[in-house]
Amino acid sequence: MMDTAISAKPLLAVLVSLCVVPVLAYSRSPNVREGWTFVAGLLKLLIVASMVPTVLKGNRIEWTIARFLPGADLALRVDPLGMLLALVSSSLWIVTSAYSIGYMRGLKEHSQTRYYCFFALALSATVGVAFSANLLTAYLFYEMLSFATYPLVTHHQDREARISGRKYLAYIVGASIGLVLPAMLVTYQLAGTLEFRSGGILGQVNSHSLLMVLLLLFVFGFAKAAIMPLHAWLPAAMVAPTPVSALLHAVAVVKVGAFCILRVITGIFGRELLLAQHLGVILCIIASFTILTASLIALSQDELKRRLAFSTISQLSYIVLGAALLSPKAMTGGMVHIAMHAFGKITLFFCAGAIYVATGIQKIREMDGIGRRMPITMAAFFIGSLSVIGLPPTGGLFSKWYMALGTLQAHQWVFLVVLLLSSLLNAAYFLPIVYKAFFCPPQEPTFEHTSTEAPIWCLIPLVITASCSIVLFFYPGPFFKLAELAVLK
Amino acid sequence: MNAQMPVLIVVVPLLSAFAIAAAGWFNRRLCMPTAAAALGVATLCTLGLLLRVIQDGEVVYRLGGWAAPWGIVYRVDFLNAPVLVLVAAIALVNLVATSRIVVEEFPGKEGAFYALYVLFVTGLLGMVVTGDAFNLYVLLEIASITGYALIAMGRGRAVLASLNYVFMGTIGACFYLLGIGYLYIMTGSLNMTDIASFLPPLYSSKAVITAFIIIMVGVWLKMALFPLHGWLPNAYTYAPSSVSSLVAPLMTKVMVYVMIRIILTVFTPAFTFRALGLNQAVVWLAVAAIFMGSLMALAQRNLKRMLTYILIAEVGYMVGGAWLGNRAGLTGAVLHILNDGLMTFCLFLAAGNILYRVRGLNMEDLRGLFRKMPFTMGGFVIGALSIIGVPPTCGFFSKWYLILGGIQAGHYGFVVALLFSSLVNLILFFRIIEVGYFEPHSEHRHEGQDHAPSMEEAPVGMVVSLLIVASGLILAGLYAGDIVQRVVNLAIPESIV
Repeated sequence: MMDTAISAKPLLAVLVSLCVVPVLAYSRSPNVREGWTFVAGLLKLLIVASMVPTVLKGNRIEWTIARFLPGADLALRVDPLGMLLALVSSSLWIVTSAYSIGYMRGLKEHSQTRYYCFFALALSATVGVAFSANLLTAYLFYEMLSFATYPLVTHHQDREARISGRKYLAYIVGASIGLVLPAMLVTYQLAGTLEFRSGGILGQVNSHSLLMVLLLLFVFGFAKAAIMPLHAWLPAAMVAPTPVSALLHAVAVVKVGAFCILRVITGIFGRELLLAQHLGVILCIIASFTILTASLIALSQDELKRRLAFSTISQLSYIVLGAALLSPKAMTGGMVHIAMHAFGKITLFFCAGAIYVATGIQKIREMDGIGRRMPITMAAFFIGSLSVIGLPPTGGLFSKWYMALGTLQAHQWVFLVVLLLSSLLNAAYFLPIVYKAFFCPPQEPTFEHTSTEAPIWCLIPLVITASCSIVLFFYPGPFFKLAELAVLK
Repeated sequence: MNAQMPVLIVVVPLLSAFAIAAAGWFNRRLCMPTAAAALGVATLCTLGLLLRVIQDGEVVYRLGGWAAPWGIVYRVDFLNAPVLVLVAAIALVNLVATSRIVVEEFPGKEGAFYALYVLFVTGLLGMVVTGDAFNLYVLLEIASITGYALIAMGRGRAVLASLNYVFMGTIGACFYLLGIGYLYIMTGSLNMTDIASFLPPLYSSKAVITAFIIIMVGVWLKMALFPLHGWLPNAYTYAPSSVSSLVAPLMTKVMVYVMIRIILTVFTPAFTFRALGLNQAVVWLAVAAIFMGSLMALAQRNLKRMLTYILIAEVGYMVGGAWLGNRAGLTGAVLHILNDGLMTFCLFLAAGNILYRVRGLNMEDLRGLFRKMPFTMGGFVIGALSIIGVPPTCGFFSKWYLILGGIQAGHYGFVVALLFSSLVNLILFFRIIEVGYFEPHSEHRHEGQDHAPSMEEAPVGMVVSLLIVASGLILAGLYAGDIVQRVVNLAIPESIV
């Protein structure tokens, strides 16, 4: 039997990084500032982790902050799916903070205090979305995340950053105000509530076309999930410092987009309704199109971070595809993919940043032979690639495996082909980088003997996340347990 | 004392205005504290009244003890109690926030300025508190004439802009008076509830319908509803910043209140929304106002001028919401009176702070402002987010109810207009934020290599007031549920669903 505990813990988990912002802003020295970031990160992870046992027992934790509208309060609720996202983002925040120290100091970036402040703010918003009890709360934190990441994306404050920032806001906030807000209002008008319920809240609506329009408004409106054609902001956002790309544009921000779509599918529409109205297939087609097209575009990108960005676009649609297949296995796979892809992709971004800090190289064609100079970094890159492709011995295997099983369970063979084809494409755009790095001779002889890795603060985090990817191959249990609980409810 | 609160909120500022004018001759340093004390008392009284209304319901006060049809009656209910608090509190905070500018901008004229200031607030408070249609006209003229004078104290084209406002404003007030005259001829009464009780049998009378329309046109002129908005942008742009941050948030909002009061109390919803059959037309007018205001705002290169056009769009929000004729729409309109008052106040205060340091509000003057005035810009961003309609700022919630009202009434033009205006606001404000944040352009900077200007904030008092108002926007958003449930819901007649 499911119990619901009332506790302020989820609120604390959100607030801890919010409260540290003024402390960061007024820290006297960089060391104190980064120290506080770690303190906040550890506290956040501890608070989130302390709720795991309760959630694994199948119970919920709730807290209402303020009363907004009848049926849509500002309320938090910890459930398995939310816990999955919160756990991934809060644990990776600590690793990224360490990486930020190496990267930002290594490059002598300006305005580092602002950077750490908004980073903390973004993490608050992410955990807020993860623990939202209803769509309105999720929307609130979603918007907060959009605005908190704007100064991070535009950190360099030059012309390029300005244009990218404009694109970022236009796509993300434009879509959320233009598409999600009306969809949310219509949903509220139809259902009288916005709460996420396991059976959905739109059960009494019969009109197929209305439901389809609503679903599409939600799916495209949460543009952080970067479903084509609303994906162009993600490659543009790569102008940000690499830790931002790593944590926000491979984990927090984009996963929040996919997470919101998951919530809409499971909590607003409900599996039965989507099955009965045959709406899942449409979503599958949209997601498959993005998966394949983005992978193909990734093949042609020469800038490493841009290639990673298109890879992310493609992988995010895996999550959506998994959920849209509506079979229990595929949904589990899609949810676990949030975690598996996070660890793999953040490793890849860390590597890209480490290469940039150590050598200033951003283009793939200049990376011939770089494996000799940075063996540890490139080994980690290899592991990250394996995880994203979905090969053993990395955790990425399992999420794709479950999704593949899910296509069979749902009797949708076509999408099995999509998954396999896309895995081949993933291999085609990642493995050549690794091959060239280790087996091609460097173009310039200066690379030859110097084995200069990036600063230690850059190196350790990427080793940690790469090993996590491997550990997840052997112990994927907790994440699967959470995802299965989320599907079962 | 407690029983006299309704009259004190008008009498205390009114009498203190004379004291301030007198103090201007003897000791100019006394002007501002006297004004602050008077407005402080008024604010406390409005707060006390709001609490009393929430506890016991409507408060009726007979001036001089004269009974209703003959004497003037002040009536405080759920509709005007929160508006009273809004007017008094904004006037008080603005007074404190801008005291420094006033001394520097009008040296030697403090007496006149503060006397006018307090008289203006008296007029507004009186318009909101009174239950007498003719008394409302008198107070409207007090507020208007002092408003013209305050605006004319600005530099450059302010006098011309004010003169234009005088012409248009006077026409508006005359229309209102004419309409009230018609109603007096038909019913023989000037008391609002009294008129309301005589009107129902006369609803088919052409004279009553004409009276209603004339009153509406007058009120719309005063609130600058498109296409009667021509006077507003210049008047509010050229006004001194201490005046524009008082007049801009309050005058239009109070007129919207007057409109809703006439629709709901003097006439009945049944007449306005069903018998008259003008709903659709007026909402479309509001839609036009929203589109026009937003598009014109896009064309402006001056921050303050841009804000004035946003104000015109916001008037469209409230008029449209009120005329949707359903509960959600009216809730949105009433809530938006409060929220929009706060948000525009926040933005005009921020503009005043910027103007204090930068001496110009064109786009190119705003370069590097985030470095120069980080706290002011922080307050500005919160105000901007509220206008865009981002939760948890209060602007989101009134917009929510307004759009919901549009959906319920099936008026999709209004829904589209609101969404369009939110998106345009996003562009408008981020255009300014971009200039403040990115310009002057530089190459990739490194630690310790900042060429941007160093910090040069406005005086502490101004910044603190701005930040208090900005956090008020968030608080009003967080408590939006309570405000709607305990106050706004009860302000709307039960016959409206």
